[in-house]
Amino acid sequence: MKYRETEILVVGGGPAGLSAAIEAADRGAGVLLVDEQKDPGGQLVKQIHKFFGSGRHGAGTRGIDLATQLASKAQKLGVQLLQGMSAVGVFEDSVIFSDRDGSLFRFRASRGIIATGASEKAVAFPGWTLPGVITAGAAQTFVNLYRVVVGQKVLVIGSGNVGLIVAYQLLQAGSEVAGIVEMRPEIGGWGVHASKVRRLGVQILTGMSVKEVRGRDCVEEIVLCTVDQDGTPSGEERIITVDTVCLAVGLSPRIEFPQWLGCRMGFSASLGGYVPLHNSVMETAVPGWFVAGDAAGVEEASTAIEEGRLAGIAAATSLGYGKGTTCEEEIREIRESLNELRLGPFGRERKRAKERVVSEYETG
Amino acid sequence: MKQDSGSASALNLRTAGILDACELSECSGVPSLRRLRQGPVAVIECSEEIPCNPCEISCPNGAIEVGRPITNRPMLKSDQCSGCGVCIAKCPGLAIFVVDLSAETEDIVSLPYEMLPIPQVGEIVDVLNREGNLVGPGKVAQVATSYGNDRTTVVTLAVDKGQGMHVRALRVKGAEYAQQR
Repeated sequence: MKYRETEILVVGGGPAGLSAAIEAADRGAGVLLVDEQKDPGGQLVKQIHKFFGSGRHGAGTRGIDLATQLASKAQKLGVQLLQGMSAVGVFEDSVIFSDRDGSLFRFRASRGIIATGASEKAVAFPGWTLPGVITAGAAQTFVNLYRVVVGQKVLVIGSGNVGLIVAYQLLQAGSEVAGIVEMRPEIGGWGVHASKVRRLGVQILTGMSVKEVRGRDCVEEIVLCTVDQDGTPSGEERIITVDTVCLAVGLSPRIEFPQWLGCRMGFSASLGGYVPLHNSVMETAVPGWFVAGDAAGVEEASTAIEEGRLAGIAAATSLGYGKGTTCEEEIREIRESLNELRLGPFGRERKRAKERVVSEYETG
Repeated sequence: MKQDSGSASALNLRTAGILDACELSECSGVPSLRRLRQGPVAVIECSEEIPCNPCEISCPNGAIEVGRPITNRPMLKSDQCSGCGVCIAKCPGLAIFVVDLSAETEDIVSLPYEMLPIPQVGEIVDVLNREGNLVGPGKVAQVATSYGNDRTTVVTLAVDKGQGMHVRALRVKGAEYAQQR
């Protein structure tokens, strides 16, 4: 088996992994980043909209451009980016990756950073396996990456930011969006995203859920029903003719890798499920292994970048690179920025959940 | 299609994605009617505490303040705003418009546009309100696709007098991306 050694191994090349690699390499550490996709950037590569966040930290930039910027910055700093390889196993002293042909590679590192991101949740209903029922991420991959229109008439399930944004992108691609279905009485995502699609005629059907999708060989129509506050169907049904149903019902941290490592885990509904417990500089309960981004709890790209930076700095300093007051100052600034990003009605609960993760780590 | 079902009868930002009159009047980024009648000015329809501030940085006149924390809602100092419209394409939420109610015969609205086809100057397009309803014709007065706008086109429309604070989207005639109801 081919064998390689590095100081810091980063698993995953999305915003968190790339940001971690940049900070660590900037301090002089040797960094190898392994990512399963063809191109670096993680989910950023299919985000064609302008990003929110701090204007001084790249907000207002489209996700796809942010991916290019981060990847080229990492390369300039000497980070080795290995694309098209998935982690398939962990030994006590090394990690095993497989490329697309099934060749195995063994990497040994002094420090590791887990930035494996998240995976999409699904929701099951009669007809959910029919061709034409897809997830929001799949829709984005088709439409934004490969420029394939997924359907002529699409209904989106879920009104979180992902559902609202994918609805807008489907309109951009030329699909008709028949509506966005939301079980709760109110829209889940930000008002500005909702307004963007509403003023183009897309209605958000609150207080409704999917009862069934019907069709012979593919999606032909969807049956919706009204639900009350606790999600119980209340009888009234509506049938809408569509050829595609797009599920945007949330994300879960991808935690297979930290589980293999034996990281101590904790459960948090508001972070999307089980997450590796970590301390205030993102180190997990397995010494030398850090975690950042959606793998540490589902949030946004801006928080993933900041967590990645924290992990990168902490991993590098623990190897003796770039110690001193500038580091402490930077860590303090990043923590402040994270705190700010988690303020307001949409961040409050995540902030509390994140604090619980750290306190559980410390008390355990 | 029928209106939203269930008990949520009021159409507002959280139930329908539409800022109602009350929510609009409480937006610190929406200028007074007096200011709107004096000439072009930014209308920032951003009413929630979300972590975002590119508008503040984009303004050459320092007329938009978010400050810290970053979740503050943008505040428009409308006497400092020249109505230049640089902020329109910078807002990731596409929530900034420039409105001019000073003319006697028409209102002028500049809005962000990210659909295809891009309309031509002089073209008559359908104009839509916050609910996505057709409210009349609009004449394209200007189309800005500068590098700095980063692929968000800023379209300036002349619309019927009285519609300036209602028109928030356009649909090129014959295009299918926006749905007629």
